[in-house]
Amino acid sequence: MGEGTNTFDISYVAHLARMHLTEAEKEKISAQLKDILAYVAKLNELDVSKVEPTAHATPLSNVLRKDEVRPSIDRDKVLKNAPEQSRDLFIVPKIVE
Amino acid sequence: MSLYTLTVHELRAKLRRGEVSAREATQALLDRIRTVDSKLKAYLWLNPEDALAQADAIDRSGIAKNGKLLGGVPIAIKDVINVDGQPCACASKILKGHTSVYDAFVVQRLRQAGAVLLGRTNMDEFAMGSSTENSSWGVTRNPWDLERIPGGSSGGSAAAVAADEAFAALGSDTGGSIRQPASLCGCVGLKPTYGRVSRYGLVAFASSLDQIGPFTKTVADTALMLRVLAGHDQNDSTSVPQSVPNYTAALGKGVKGLRIGLPKEYFIEGMDREVEAAVRAAIQKLQGLGADVVEISLPHTDYAVAVYYLIATAEASANLARFDGVRYGARVTGEDVIDMYGKTRGAGFGPEVKRRIILGTYALSAGYYDAYYLRAQKVRTLIRQDFEKAFEKCDVVVTPTSPEVAFRIGEKADDPLKMYLSDIFTISVNLAGICGVSLPCGFTASPRLPIGLQVLGKPFDEETVLRVAHAYEQATEWHKQRPSL
Repeated sequence: MGEGTNTFDISYVAHLARMHLTEAEKEKISAQLKDILAYVAKLNELDVSKVEPTAHATPLSNVLRKDEVRPSIDRDKVLKNAPEQSRDLFIVPKIVE
Repeated sequence: MSLYTLTVHELRAKLRRGEVSAREATQALLDRIRTVDSKLKAYLWLNPEDALAQADAIDRSGIAKNGKLLGGVPIAIKDVINVDGQPCACASKILKGHTSVYDAFVVQRLRQAGAVLLGRTNMDEFAMGSSTENSSWGVTRNPWDLERIPGGSSGGSAAAVAADEAFAALGSDTGGSIRQPASLCGCVGLKPTYGRVSRYGLVAFASSLDQIGPFTKTVADTALMLRVLAGHDQNDSTSVPQSVPNYTAALGKGVKGLRIGLPKEYFIEGMDREVEAAVRAAIQKLQGLGADVVEISLPHTDYAVAVYYLIATAEASANLARFDGVRYGARVTGEDVIDMYGKTRGAGFGPEVKRRIILGTYALSAGYYDAYYLRAQKVRTLIRQDFEKAFEKCDVVVTPTSPEVAFRIGEKADDPLKMYLSDIFTISVNLAGICGVSLPCGFTASPRLPIGLQVLGKPFDEETVLRVAHAYEQATEWHKQRPSL
């Protein structure tokens, strides 16, 4: 974990998150995350080699329902909040050349 | 007495007897909001005409006079829960102008119970924060001291109820976002057991931790609200199909013979002395009412904040991927689709949300997943087991809700870690998936600020939690105190 903090590359992580950051933001967040990562390193104090992870606290698993056709939200309503739409579709920049 | 000062139970009694109409109750709140909300900024959005139209429909239908649990009662909603036709922006620029196109499960329940959906309350952007300072529309003020924060992330809901701008409100609690602001504003706030209340229609922050719950002026009102909100929903796969007890009926049973656990790890160095004194006095009060006190240990408490800030940010980084300028919200155009995503998100998210997305993305990224995210999930198991063992020895656990009272606006704004540590007593509850309530248990001397008592219970044992909280509340006068505005 300690090694991780040394190799923290904020530009790479920001790219993974698809989120542009200004140089000032990168500097500030890097410095703050260094502190936070140093703090969370305390988890290394514990031996968890025999502990199962908890993904969530509910007693349920594999919740299924019948595969039935049910009404859903009107298409017009779904599209209402889109920044750009046309002919019942969301419009996005060209993806495939 | 002014109408707006009533509890939900008191208002319901008047509505049922026909002494007050839903329109009058709604108008009373709208007037109150007009008078005081310019100071507090608890509400982000209100539509008086729409609220009064809802109230008129309820009056015409006669719902207010029949047995519906909330017939004619106006309720405020945190800006993270969808109400069909109302704005829902999670106090974020990226969702500015967004209008909900469906009702959350809890909103369907409120409508069925006859409530008026009054307006949207302020919050930290995407529920990330402990002070409501991260709202893109400015901070909400604490009604007890306008220079101080109301807590967060549900600060608007807490302040609205504490300042008599709402009879009750909904919030969401991922690491303390209902209980901590309830504590700092001096009202009652409940985080139900994970799975007790459907999250359908709640904008997701950390899906394994999020839970919706009520803010009210009394414990009895919280019990009433939970009866409306709880229950199984097939649209949320984590909603548990377990019957919903009549939470009101259990309230009067008292605490005689109940075992109250005091975790030694929750009475720590550096805790506000007046907070500690008030909580210790509350425990004595409960003893005086017949409860037995047992010391317990939650040995992994010290790791909870670290676990939380890895798991919550990891889940948030995935959940917030949907805000990309395609289906909703603002879009900033770019050279290609990747550039559009990046510019949209860079312009739309505020600093705390960006910080958490970066931390969460990092914790999940190749090479670090095992060291951070998986390790945090394993320590989460240890924290959950701490509570399982503790509940073998006691029926409820009693702690301070927060180690401190409301802090000054700006005091922690530049130190995220310090801000995170203010959630130290509430976070474990979400990690363990159990339930907990915060209720008023005193005030600091000068300035006069509310102190909160936290009562925690076993999974799906809200009945016992509310029973203990009600017994304490009825034996004290704290819940009757109101800020002067």
